Amino acid sequence: MEQLTFTYAAQASVARRVHIGVVGSGDLEVLLEPSVDGQAHVTVTTSVSGYAAVWKNVLDRFFTRFSGAAAIEINDFGATPGVVMLRLEQAAEAARA
Amino acid sequence: MNTAQRARGLRWFEALTGGDGLIDGPRSVRAGDAPVGDELARCIAVVPDPANRFARARGGEVGLDEGWALAREVRRTMAQAQVGAQRALIAVVDVSSQAYGRSEELLGIHLACAAAADAYASARLAGHPVVALLVGKAMSGAFLAHGYQANRILALDDPGVLVHAMSKLAAARVTRRSLEALEELTARVTPMAYDVRSFARLGLVDELIGGVNADAPAAADLQCVRTALARAIAAARRAPLDLSQRLGSAAARELRAASIEVRRRLAEEWDES
Amino acid sequence: MSMLTRSSFIELNARERSRAILDAGSFRELLGPFERLKSPWLAPQGIVAQSDDGVVLARGLLDGASAVVAAIESGFQGGSIGEVSGAKIAGVLELALRGCERGRTVRPVLLIESGGVRLQEANLGLAAIAEIHAAIIALRRRVPVVAVIAGPVGCFGGMALAAALCSRIIMTRQARLGMNGPEVIEQEAGLLELDAADARLVWSLMGGEQRCASGLADVLVADDVTEIARQVRAAFAGVGGPRSEQVERFSARLAALDAQRPPAALELRQRWGAERAP
Repeated sequence: MEQLTFTYAAQASVARRVHIGVVGSGDLEVLLEPSVDGQAHVTVTTSVSGYAAVWKNVLDRFFTRFSGAAAIEINDFGATPGVVMLRLEQAAEAARA
Repeated sequence: MNTAQRARGLRWFEALTGGDGLIDGPRSVRAGDAPVGDELARCIAVVPDPANRFARARGGEVGLDEGWALAREVRRTMAQAQVGAQRALIAVVDVSSQAYGRSEELLGIHLACAAAADAYASARLAGHPVVALLVGKAMSGAFLAHGYQANRILALDDPGVLVHAMSKLAAARVTRRSLEALEELTARVTPMAYDVRSFARLGLVDELIGGVNADAPAAADLQCVRTALARAIAAARRAPLDLSQRLGSAAARELRAASIEVRRRLAEEWDES
Repeated sequence: MSMLTRSSFIELNARERSRAILDAGSFRELLGPFERLKSPWLAPQGIVAQSDDGVVLARGLLDGASAVVAAIESGFQGGSIGEVSGAKIAGVLELALRGCERGRTVRPVLLIESGGVRLQEANLGLAAIAEIHAAIIALRRRVPVVAVIAGPVGCFGGMALAAALCSRIIMTRQARLGMNGPEVIEQEAGLLELDAADARLVWSLMGGEQRCASGLADVLVADDVTEIARQVRAAFAGVGGPRSEQVERFSARLAALDAQRPPAALELRQRWGAERAP
């Protein structure tokens, strides 16, 4: 098990907090709330260690499209990058609504 | 496990009641009167019956007949007309598991076990002090059925007294770990441990009775246990009829802190603010 | 109702199921994910905890009447009961009882998907289940306690006892209700006793249709949100005594059986299905 943290610059505020997903095998849950300092912060707790570079890759791509100042918590149980991106996009979509 | 340990439930039942406790029902369930303090408590045990009509319940497991017989015996005690205080019930617990089998599932062993739990809880709610005395194994569905609805849980401080949700071998297989890995975990993670002292650290034992020969109790050992039972019965008569007391100890505040916190927060959020 | 107009309940997660059961717009979650009341026992074992520990609690209305729903998330650790998830379920049942005692009746609904005790928390899961049993038995005297078992996990172990204590059990065909999981029976008793891979056999013993037809569950319902929501509401309109109290009836039924030649599943339906609880 591994815990990773990332920070990104943000432009917009986040209107609401959002929860997506389940910590099931091959899946993850995302908790997204407004952050306190105008930046975006991501904390990843994952059952599979050693993939920090892959997580950074996915998050870098996500944050090219998402500019909210969000505090994002991810609890992951071995999801593929594709599933991670899907859940992040679901969370972003729900935060906009 | 040696023969002496296998016979613990029956040994303690006979010692406390002075009889074999055979009922009009399966030989695997015994019920008899036990003098405790200055009252006569009703003592119930589940014991091995090698001739059990259900082959999967011959080693002292709680099977179909046992679950329903436990329910009958407890409710029989409740139905007795009583002058003065409600009769205490003592569950002598030495049960290795519920019975595993095809017929057991088809015929509703989950319901048989529920009926026993229902009866014990109903007795408790009707004001009967229910005390569980753990003398051997107190495992999973069998313990839920026979003992876990008690107001008070007493246990012999003995290596043969084990409490858990699943046997080590089965647990290792289900969690896909080796036995060694599982045992390493049980040493680190208190709720995963099998021994009664770890169980007591969770705040779930009201009295751990040491210095007693668990396999072959002598007169002094029996007196010690009877005194502890009397204490537990008296305490139960003075206390609320629910299980809230289990979360009241210092041990619970330490190792069941989350259980307490959940309830505290729920009470705060229950009504719309 | 055609297949096209059905809305699957089984495909919904626990949160969605709770919302779907309650009157529209009345869902209010208690101890939700943002409160992060997680299991304290999983991370030290290298297991990622879920923020709500796999149980969703919600207050709301059922046909305008105050209700509380506890829904177990099948996707997290097989719906197994740990310290926090068990405390959440027991906690709302205890609060519902307190409410009833003060004249504010709350209708409790349990959406059960559980393999039983979470082995990574073993004795705390078992203790919590005993507290759930105690709460159901006390609460049941005041208001019916309704269980829905929809699948895919079904209801096993200590939670099967909890279901059996309930006033009414609603099951889909896809669901199973049993004490021991088929894999565990096969492990403990051998392949000849039960082949866990034989789905037809497993469902014939403990599937929703068998349980309802043999009097061990009350209502067989299609996997449809509207139907299930309707049956949950109907369950509060005058139910009979819970089957876990029917000691004489079931003792007599068992006594009439030959343990050497136990009935097959279909025969049991004939024996036990005809006379239902009043």
